[in-house]
Amino acid sequence: MRTAATVRLALRALRRNKLRSTLTMLGIIIGVGSVIASVSITTGATREVEGRVAALGQNVVTVFSGSFTSGGSRGGWGSAPTLTLGDAEAIRTEIPNVVAVSPELRDRLTVQAGGLNWRTQVLGEGPDYLQIRSWNLRAGAMFTERDVQAVTKVAVIGQTVVDQLFPGEDPVGQTLRVRDIPFKIVGVLEPKGFNLFGSDQDDVVVIPYTSHMRRVSRAQFVNSILVQAASTPAIPRVQADISELLQQRRAGREPDFTVRTQLELAETATATSRVMSVLLAAIASVSLIVGGIGIMNIMLVSVTERTREIGIRMAVGARGRDILVQFLVEAVTLSAIGGLVGIGLGVAASEIVANTTGWPTVTPVSWVGIASLSSALVGILSGFYPAWKASQLDPIEALRYE
Amino acid sequence: MPPVIQLEDIQKTYHTGEVEVRAVRGVSLAIEPGEFVALMGASGSGKSTLMNLLGCLDHPTAGRYCLAGVDVSGLDRDERADIRNQKIGFVFQGFNLLPRTSALENVELPMLYQRQRIPGHERHERARQALELVGLGGRLDHQPSQLSGGQQQRVAIARALVNQPALILADEPTGNLDSQTSIEIMGVFQRLNDQGITIVMVTHELDIARYTRRNIVLRDGQVVSDTPVAHRLAAERELEKLRAAQQEVRLS
Repeated sequence: MRTAATVRLALRALRRNKLRSTLTMLGIIIGVGSVIASVSITTGATREVEGRVAALGQNVVTVFSGSFTSGGSRGGWGSAPTLTLGDAEAIRTEIPNVVAVSPELRDRLTVQAGGLNWRTQVLGEGPDYLQIRSWNLRAGAMFTERDVQAVTKVAVIGQTVVDQLFPGEDPVGQTLRVRDIPFKIVGVLEPKGFNLFGSDQDDVVVIPYTSHMRRVSRAQFVNSILVQAASTPAIPRVQADISELLQQRRAGREPDFTVRTQLELAETATATSRVMSVLLAAIASVSLIVGGIGIMNIMLVSVTERTREIGIRMAVGARGRDILVQFLVEAVTLSAIGGLVGIGLGVAASEIVANTTGWPTVTPVSWVGIASLSSALVGILSGFYPAWKASQLDPIEALRYE
Repeated sequence: MPPVIQLEDIQKTYHTGEVEVRAVRGVSLAIEPGEFVALMGASGSGKSTLMNLLGCLDHPTAGRYCLAGVDVSGLDRDERADIRNQKIGFVFQGFNLLPRTSALENVELPMLYQRQRIPGHERHERARQALELVGLGGRLDHQPSQLSGGQQQRVAIARALVNQPALILADEPTGNLDSQTSIEIMGVFQRLNDQGITIVMVTHELDIARYTRRNIVLRDGQVVSDTPVAHRLAAERELEKLRAAQQEVRLS
């Protein structure tokens, strides 16, 4: 029999028992619907986290000082600065696939401008800092390598600092005092918002690292070194090369540095949502199995009820295979409609969640595909046994069935 | 032309547990094209088993069965399904129409299982013609529940005819009908037979068997008599008589 005719036949058979068909589909509808809704919510959350990780910069490898031993007591990363400008220079010149390097110093200081003061993060950075962090300027320009060489008193400031110290004014060209040393503001950073860990990235004053070391903090070491790799696939190699290089430079001493990549950070950040996804998939498969059992149950009932019909069809020339296909298509139609309705309801539910809670939700096309395929698969798996049973009926017995 | 049915020492034995039931014990007979045969016998005589064998619903334990010149005794399930579809039209006692399905679609059913595809419009047309042939041209869209017993049996006959089979097998076709409707249905069969269609009918009613041309009586799985019908009844005339009798009853 033709496919179109078989599908029409299946639809008609299902329409005859509307309530029963609907209740049977309900298992699949709920299963698929809840998967789509929860996947949409977790995907939305993951995308947001990924966005924040991306805001850290592009292909960034960070070298933190720390992990060192001093007089028998050992400290973790960041416990004391141990990295030098020489380390940064060595990374820049000796390691392939490195496109930018910026030594970094961090200090929380109170800065003043006009009559106002504000406690903020004062960063000492190289001129490539903005490139590494994929950060743009809203106004003015970034300081240059020449400023670094000349230990110039220039600064680029974040939006929060602008709001606090220069409300309603254009800060470019004005002066900001750090530890009573006047710095000329040459640029304003674009607002970036909060980072992964919830701190305000715009609450920042960036000055050349030389100026930070000689004029502000008087530090001999840098806190960390930001390195930008040429490409994402190059990151692991760059990370290994940096470790090896710095180890060589320390000639046998215990490592006093840690090399972290953005990938690791991203992984930590998305690990939770990945666990969530696995959990959801598990719940989803359980509910699909339950839905499948429902379909199998109803199909078995249906085969028994329609034994006579099967007998008639066989008497007029239906082969076992024709009967098998008929009932299989019926089961698949049942589950496929359930799957489609479930997808619709799932998308609607995630929209409602997005509108009421403001969480960003994204329904991935791949999951719509997975949901459709698996509901069809459930139909085939659960419909096969009843359909096979129907196809094996003896026409004489079936015709006699009351 | 070869005989429509050629049976050579056909046997059917069932094994139900320890007991061996020999339902058909060596039947040989030939039925030529254009015959109208009544297969008779008491219950347990093996006539239903023989009917199932003739209809290719079952296969014989031993013997040879040629249907329209083709040996069908050794065919498997699928091959028998194809033979039923192409060569045999069934009419049952309980009509066996698909419920909640229109008369037209019921008649189209055998065409859906033909190996070569028949386009939809041709299916409709052939089903409509078959229904007109049995006098139901005006009830194409009626479902079985909207039709009387006689009308349902006519739909079943149309369904049996639609693939132009070599043989129509009717199993107690009048068993569920009152006497007047029974005669009407026998009239339909007689008209079809007059057009050359071969019909084999199982019945246990003697007066129904008198509308056929040849009576075969079975007992204990064997043919005990095979005689042509001497004074064949014509359904048309019997119906007229019946109507006249009813008229008289009403007048008096």
